[in-house]
Amino acid sequence: MIQLSFAHVVYLVEAARWTVLLSLIAFAGGALVGLPLALMRVSRSKLLRGLASAYIQIVQGTPLLIVLFLSYFGLGIMGYKLDPLVAAGLSFTVYAAAFLGEIWRGCIEAVPKTQWEASDCLGLNPVQQYAYVILPQAVRIATPPTVGFMVQIVKNTSLASVIGFVELARAGQIVNNSTFEPFVIFAVVGVIYFAICYPLSVASRHLERKANAGR
Amino acid sequence: MPAGEAVVCIRDVVKEFGPLRVLDGVGFEVTRGQTVAVVGRSGSGKSTLLRCIAGLETIQGGDIEVCGHPVGRPGSAARAQLRRDVGMVFQSYNLFPHLTVERNITLALTLVKKQSREEAKGRAAEVLGLVGLTDKIGAYPEQLSGGQQQRVAIARSLALQPQVMLFDEVTSALDPELTAEVLGVMESLAQRGMTMISVTHEMGFARRVADLVVFMHKGKVWEIGPTQELFANPRTAEFRQFVGSEL
Repeated sequence: MIQLSFAHVVYLVEAARWTVLLSLIAFAGGALVGLPLALMRVSRSKLLRGLASAYIQIVQGTPLLIVLFLSYFGLGIMGYKLDPLVAAGLSFTVYAAAFLGEIWRGCIEAVPKTQWEASDCLGLNPVQQYAYVILPQAVRIATPPTVGFMVQIVKNTSLASVIGFVELARAGQIVNNSTFEPFVIFAVVGVIYFAICYPLSVASRHLERKANAGR
Repeated sequence: MPAGEAVVCIRDVVKEFGPLRVLDGVGFEVTRGQTVAVVGRSGSGKSTLLRCIAGLETIQGGDIEVCGHPVGRPGSAARAQLRRDVGMVFQSYNLFPHLTVERNITLALTLVKKQSREEAKGRAAEVLGLVGLTDKIGAYPEQLSGGQQQRVAIARSLALQPQVMLFDEVTSALDPELTAEVLGVMESLAQRGMTMISVTHEMGFARRVADLVVFMHKGKVWEIGPTQELFANPRTAEFRQFVGSEL
């Protein structure tokens, strides 16, 4: 058995960079797809609403693990062998988009209907109404739940270890396999996850305060 | 358009919410410079009528014309024209909470009227002067009292130079003191010749300022006439009772 050393901790911190990278991909991809989904969900077109709704229902009703298996092993069998990072990034994008789409839909709908009416009466067209009146208010409402969901994403990236993606949780297992000090190692892993997530919560509270002060 | 010509024509308007008929063949005309008070009990359809004129509700029958144009459908040229002609002030003010008083006013000026930022700011200062709130130009709505917010909302509408202003129970959420300051602004607008339709519970204001009073009951125009005449000689029992209960 190998003695647990500082090098192991460095290895874990380095693996945490992949956790952060995958989280960023998940969030950026999720936002890029999620915002159109949210707008489709509140659109006047029945077709767009239906399409977005179907996507969200299907993804929310499927375990993330299955999405990961599908994009890594499933696409692999079909001849599209993806790199684990790409497969994980794709899966998390699919997953985060559905949840962010639904969270943001709620936030857009939480802006009072009278704000639409007032801006309509001033002659703003729908695009201007969204850009200058509705979305800026929706963003304020959306900040806390969005950051809350980001924290979920960070922790859920540990699932990507099942497709051979070496992120923080997987790195913890690897170190443990050679040193067999599970309590210490997974405590360190836990602390690193906390170190990533805690600043997000603090930032969220700060943003909330700033938003409230600005009104 | 010369004085005396009809600015708003309402003919046989029918509005239904599902099985409920809220407006049942409403019709009257408003001429340029006239101040009209629409009064009646809650549920008589008076606010709905105003929202129909503003194009916020679609009607099931009849027609409404403002300055010779139909209200039109959202996105149509007629609707764009309506937005240029009609200003609307709401009971709940509906200022944009994330924008300063100035930006609340300049937003539509820059986006819709395509004015430069400087030009729009000048206009904002001008209309804020009219409602006596020049010093609040940099404030956010929530830093203002209800009366001040409502005056900003009036200024915001006024900045676009509408032909007609619609007021939907604009003082109902205010206490008496704040009500007085808002009514004061409206009264001065009326004196400057602005064409106004005001749905109101303020009988004192209606008597003092309105040229024409429309009493609505059960979705119909129950009584209509010049203010003095109507209050002096109510023709129907409903209006007599309504006036009695309001005093």
